[in-house]
Amino acid sequence: MGCVKRLRTAPFVGWALFSAAGSVNNPGMKLTKEQLLVNYRKMRMIRSFEEKLNELVNSGRLGGFLHLSIGQEAVAAGVCAHLSERDYVSTTHRGHGHCIAKGVRVKGMMAELFGRSTGLCKGKGGSMHIADMDQGMLGANGIVGAGIPLATGAALTCKLKKTGGVAVAFFGDGASNQGQFHEALNMASNWKLPALYVVENNGWGEFTPTEFVVPVRDIAVRADSYAMRSAIADGNDFFDVYEKAGEAIAAARAGEGPTLLECKTYRYMGHYVGDPLAYRPPGEVDRWKNEHDALTGFESRVKADGVIEDMELRRIDEEVVEELSAAVADAENDPVPAVEALYEDVYAKE
Amino acid sequence: MAREIPTALAINEALAIAMASDPDVILMGEDVAGGGRREAEGTEEAGGIMGITRGLMTRFGPQRVLDTPISEMGLLGTAVGAALTGMRPVAELMFIDFLGVCLDPLLNQAAKLRYMFGGKACVPLTVRTVTGAGMQSAAQHSQSLYWITAGIPGLKTVIPSNAYDAKGLLLAAIRDDDPVIFCEPKGILFDSSDVPEEDYVIPIGKAAIAREGKDVTLVGMGATVKMALQAADKLAADGIDAEVLDLRSLAPLDEAAILASLEKTGRLVVVDEATPRCGIASDVAALCVDRGFDFLDAPVKRVTAPHTPVPFSSLLESAYMPSADKIVAAVRKLG
Repeated sequence: MGCVKRLRTAPFVGWALFSAAGSVNNPGMKLTKEQLLVNYRKMRMIRSFEEKLNELVNSGRLGGFLHLSIGQEAVAAGVCAHLSERDYVSTTHRGHGHCIAKGVRVKGMMAELFGRSTGLCKGKGGSMHIADMDQGMLGANGIVGAGIPLATGAALTCKLKKTGGVAVAFFGDGASNQGQFHEALNMASNWKLPALYVVENNGWGEFTPTEFVVPVRDIAVRADSYAMRSAIADGNDFFDVYEKAGEAIAAARAGEGPTLLECKTYRYMGHYVGDPLAYRPPGEVDRWKNEHDALTGFESRVKADGVIEDMELRRIDEEVVEELSAAVADAENDPVPAVEALYEDVYAKE
Repeated sequence: MAREIPTALAINEALAIAMASDPDVILMGEDVAGGGRREAEGTEEAGGIMGITRGLMTRFGPQRVLDTPISEMGLLGTAVGAALTGMRPVAELMFIDFLGVCLDPLLNQAAKLRYMFGGKACVPLTVRTVTGAGMQSAAQHSQSLYWITAGIPGLKTVIPSNAYDAKGLLLAAIRDDDPVIFCEPKGILFDSSDVPEEDYVIPIGKAAIAREGKDVTLVGMGATVKMALQAADKLAADGIDAEVLDLRSLAPLDEAAILASLEKTGRLVVVDEATPRCGIASDVAALCVDRGFDFLDAPVKRVTAPHTPVPFSSLLESAYMPSADKIVAAVRKLG
C-alpha cells in the first residue's frame, strides 16, 4: 500500500534497535543552536519538574495521584518542537511532560498540582486533568485512550476551519489496545485528518509488560489496518523523534492525512508515585539510565558536535531549578479555592 | 407561518436553520447522509435511520454532514474533541440503547471538561438520539435510558413531547454552550402539530403546562405527555380535572414548576416510559415528598415500565408501556 511507510525492527529489546542512529550527520542537527537550547531546556524542565513532584509527594508536601514520565522526555520535546499555538495536543494520566513541551507554564501547573485557586484549572483538575486551552493543551486524561478521539475531533476542527493546524494525541502502549484508539484511527484515516498519533511504547502498561498484552511486535503496524502512514522512532533520541515527527506533521499539514508514530522509550519510575516497582526485573532501569538516557544522549551529541558548551547546559539546569523552586514556593503560598467553587463551572451559566 | 408537520420534519427544519445560521454547526452520525454522495448514480440520502436528516447533505455538503463509521465511541469522542476546539457538532446516536458502547465520551469527557479545566473549556455538543418503545424493536432498540444522562452532572437532557417543542428545544440545545442530549421519542416522531416556519427556541430547564387542571397533576415527558393528555380527557368524563405538566427538560429539572402544580392540585402521578428504578419518576416523587410534603393530599404515584427488558411481541410491548388507561387507574387509586 503506497501510503504506508513502515520501519521493520527487531523485537522490542530497547535502544539496541537504534544503535545505528546518532551519527553527526543526523538530520536533526539541522536545528539551530537556539532551537537546541530551547529543547534541552524543555527536557530538563520536564525531568526536574517531575523529580520535584516525586520529592514533594514522598515528603508529604503534595497529595494526589501522580504518574511520572521521567525517561520519556525526548518524545514530548521532539514532537512538540514542531507545534505552535494553533496546534492541539491531548495527553494521558502521564502528561506533565507533554504540557511543558507544548508551552504550558510550570507556575500554573504547580499551583494546579497543589490544588490552589491560582492553578491552571483552579485546583479542580489536578495532575490527571491538567489542561491549558490557551496553549491548545486539551488536557491530561484519567481514562486510558480517551484523549485519542479528542485530538481526532480537534484535527477535524482544524480541517473544517482550514486553520493549518494539526492535532497530536500522545498515549501509551496500553491505550493502543483500547477501542477508542482503533475507532479514532479508522475515522481519521477515512477523513484524512491532520492528526498525529504518538504512541509512547515504554515497555510497561501500568504493572504489566507490554508484550504480555500486545501481540504485535511493533504497535506501529496497527496503522496498517487503517491504511495509515506509520513510523518508529527511538523515543529516547530527541533527534530521531524530531525528524520522524517532523515528517509526519508536515504530511498532516499538507493534507496527506494522519500518521501513527511509535516511540520506543522507557519509564524510569513506577506507574504512580509510591509504586514499589516489585515487578521490574533487577537492573532494567539502571541499564536505560546509564546507557540510553534521553538527556545524557542529547547532551553528548550536542557537545560532541561542538555546537554547545557544557557551561551553557549547566546554566539552563540552574535556571530550571530556580524556576521550579519559585513555582513551588508560590504554589504553597497561593490561596486554596473557596468552597463555593465546588458548585461552579458545572455548566456554562450557573 | 405555522403549518402542521410531523416531529421528524420539525427536527429536520431545526437542523437546517441551525446550520444555515451558524457555519460551525456540523452533523455527524451513522447514515446521516447515507447514499447521498452518489446522487449522480441516482441514489438518495438515507437521512439516518428515521430519515430525519434527509436533504441536509445535499443542501450543506458532505463537509458539514459527515457519515461516520458504525463506531459510536469514535464518533462521540471525536464530536467532543471538535466541540472543545470551536465546532458546534450535532452527533446522532442512532438509538439511546447504544450508550453502552460509547458512554465514556459523554460521562467522563463532555460532562466534565468544563469543570475539570476550571471553567476554561466549552463543549457545545448536541447528541440526538431515538428513545422509547412502541415499534416492536425489542430489548436493545427501545429503551428510555435518559435517566443515565440526566444523572450525570455537566450534561443536560431534554425530551420534546410534540413537533413544536422538538424544533424549539433542538435549536436551544444546539446553541447551548453545554453538552445536551436531545431525546427523540419514537411515540411522537411521526405525530404532527403546528410548527412555525421561523427560528425560535424553547428554553432548556423549563417545564410547560400542557393542560390546566385543579384536581391532580399528571407529570409526563416525551411520549407520556400524549398519554397523560388522553388520560386527562377520560378523567374529565368522571369529573376529575387533571393538570398535565410536560417536563420538556429532564436535566436541569424544573422543580419549581412541579412543586407549583402540586401545590395547586395536592395530588401527583408521574408517568415515565423508562424502567422504575433510579429514574426520573422516582426523582419527581422524591422531590414531592422532600419539598412538597405539605402540599400532598395523597401518596405520589409512579406509572412506569416494569423492571424488565423491553419485549418484542406487540402484546407484551403494549403491556410493558405506560398508557392512558394505566394513568387513569393510578389516579383512581389516589381516592
